[in-house]
Amino acid sequence: MLAFVIRRILQSIAVMVSVALIAFVMFRFVGDPVNQMVGVDTPQAEVERLRASLGLNDPTLVQFGRFLWNALHFNFGVSYQFRLPVTQLLAERAPATLELALTAALFALFVGVVMGVYCALRRDSWLARLFQAVSLIGVSLPTFLIGILLIYLFAVILGWLPSNGRGQVVKIGNWWTTGLLTTSGLKALVLPAITLGLFQMTLIMRLVRAEMMEVMRTDYIKFAKARGLTTRAIHFGHALKNTLIPVITIAGLQLGSIIAFAIITETVFNWPGMGLLFLKAVQNVDIPIMAAYLMLIGFLFVTINLLVDLAYGFVDPRLRVAMRT
Amino acid sequence: MSEPVISVRNLRVEFATRRGILRAIDGVSFDIARGEVLGVVGESGAGKSVTGAAIIGLIEPPGRIAGGEILLHGQRIDNLPPDAMRRIRGRKIAMIFQDPLTSLNPLYRVGEQLIETIRTHTDLSARAARDRAIGLLSEVGIPAPEKRIDGYPHEFSGGMRQRVVIALALSAEPDFIVADEPTTALDVSVQAQIIALIKRLCAERGTAVMLVTHDMGVIAETADRVAVMYAGRVAEIGPVRDVVKHPLHPYAKGLMGAIPTLEAESERLLQIPGSMPRLTRIPPGCAFNPRCSHVFDRCHVDKPEPIEPDAATAARENLMPGHLVACHLYTAKTGGTP
Repeated sequence: MLAFVIRRILQSIAVMVSVALIAFVMFRFVGDPVNQMVGVDTPQAEVERLRASLGLNDPTLVQFGRFLWNALHFNFGVSYQFRLPVTQLLAERAPATLELALTAALFALFVGVVMGVYCALRRDSWLARLFQAVSLIGVSLPTFLIGILLIYLFAVILGWLPSNGRGQVVKIGNWWTTGLLTTSGLKALVLPAITLGLFQMTLIMRLVRAEMMEVMRTDYIKFAKARGLTTRAIHFGHALKNTLIPVITIAGLQLGSIIAFAIITETVFNWPGMGLLFLKAVQNVDIPIMAAYLMLIGFLFVTINLLVDLAYGFVDPRLRVAMRT
Repeated sequence: MSEPVISVRNLRVEFATRRGILRAIDGVSFDIARGEVLGVVGESGAGKSVTGAAIIGLIEPPGRIAGGEILLHGQRIDNLPPDAMRRIRGRKIAMIFQDPLTSLNPLYRVGEQLIETIRTHTDLSARAARDRAIGLLSEVGIPAPEKRIDGYPHEFSGGMRQRVVIALALSAEPDFIVADEPTTALDVSVQAQIIALIKRLCAERGTAVMLVTHDMGVIAETADRVAVMYAGRVAEIGPVRDVVKHPLHPYAKGLMGAIPTLEAESERLLQIPGSMPRLTRIPPGCAFNPRCSHVFDRCHVDKPEPIEPDAATAARENLMPGHLVACHLYTAKTGGTP
């Protein structure tokens, strides 16, 4: 087990170095950063001095090493547009994105699993058919359209929920701000969370439904029935646990993409998170922010992947053996 | 013979498919007494497993019991509401499946599955149920049961898993067990052990057994009586030695002739020409008529019912009572000689 964990961690580090390389290469491709810092009339000597002080004359490998070293210390340089450290900018906005993403993920997971199980067990009921139809809409409609439709319905026509922003936030500790403790914060969270989670919810629902129907056909379910176990024990004890193994992977991996794809939702709802910051950075060619964001999302994906792999072992005893070897 | 544990009366099972209704079981009747082992043989699709599933009430839609009745100790069980039937399953009637590798839930310890079953059917405390589970495991011949009870199914070999499955089936002391090809998936060397185990445990408890298999060797060794099924009907049923030694139905003869023996001098095994008809295309009259070498006019018109053969045949073959055959060759009226 320990060898397995260590091997997976080493793999994760390799992936992160590759991501860092891509982030690093971005700086090279977008042109000379010095040109964006100096004015037209800056003397050439001054430009050269600046270039030397930024270490841009060193060999590429040395520069990459420095970039990695800085990244390890959460130092991604200074944003071109805000003239503030990138790390500080991202840290300020991270709570908004993480709260939104986690809420969306929990919504997707719970509603998706419940609807999926229902659809699998009551396959022919009209409600199951309705869920199936709705899930098709969820899969096929683009996120921004769902967001706009929800805003139109609940904010414009009904006026129940706010259309944008994060509502009132409360500061916890030094740098974490939360909207979960105020009514307006919670209200503001509902629409973006649904918008962001809807796609994953329908995905999980369809996955759970298909998996569970598959599991219900297996011999051990037939044998459980032949042993006279109660329907509840069969469905929720024997079938659901087996269903959830592939769901764990998908749900885990989806959490990464929820955070990454929060960009669109954050734009639609003007949510003050990292995604919105990233979009502004793209518009203004603010490479340090883009690079840091890339590294952050990469790190989240790799970490989640690692955790999902480890979580398998806890659910499926057969894999514990495989991990030991 | 005492009152049968299980009586199947004129059972019909149908499957509704797009191309119409398939009759998988067409008028099957038999009794199994306390402590008796009835072997059921036949080709794949002859209706052996469906009969077992019907008795335990696990015919899945689109299948359904379309007619006839199933009696447990003289009480009808085929028309019970689902929850009442569930209480009978496991407690009065148990089932052993073909593949022990897939019969156990891979995510639960063996003990958890045993205790769950025991506690579903009895009022035992968790502690007492665990003791009983350990007792069952040792009875089915699993070494160090107090340790193995906390093992997962994948930590057991195929034969050991089938022993666990048997322990699970016996956990509530049922009166009747359907064993649906319990050894097909096992090594030959393990097969004999498992069959002997089932036979011993059921004899000790007086459990009636319906042993579904296509292994005639298993039947000859284990069963008290044997039913030969063909295309959803019983072709021949009777005491096992009688049917194996003096098969009457042309199909049963073919089956017995296809068993290789060490003594026999014949160079080639007998084979039955053709294959069993699809359920959509069962010919009128006797279902075996396209493959039968003794076919005559009546076979195309009349469905033969399993009856005692005519006195002349019975005397000639020195048959035991209770040996029934569904073939027009043996009705007194025609009295043909096969």
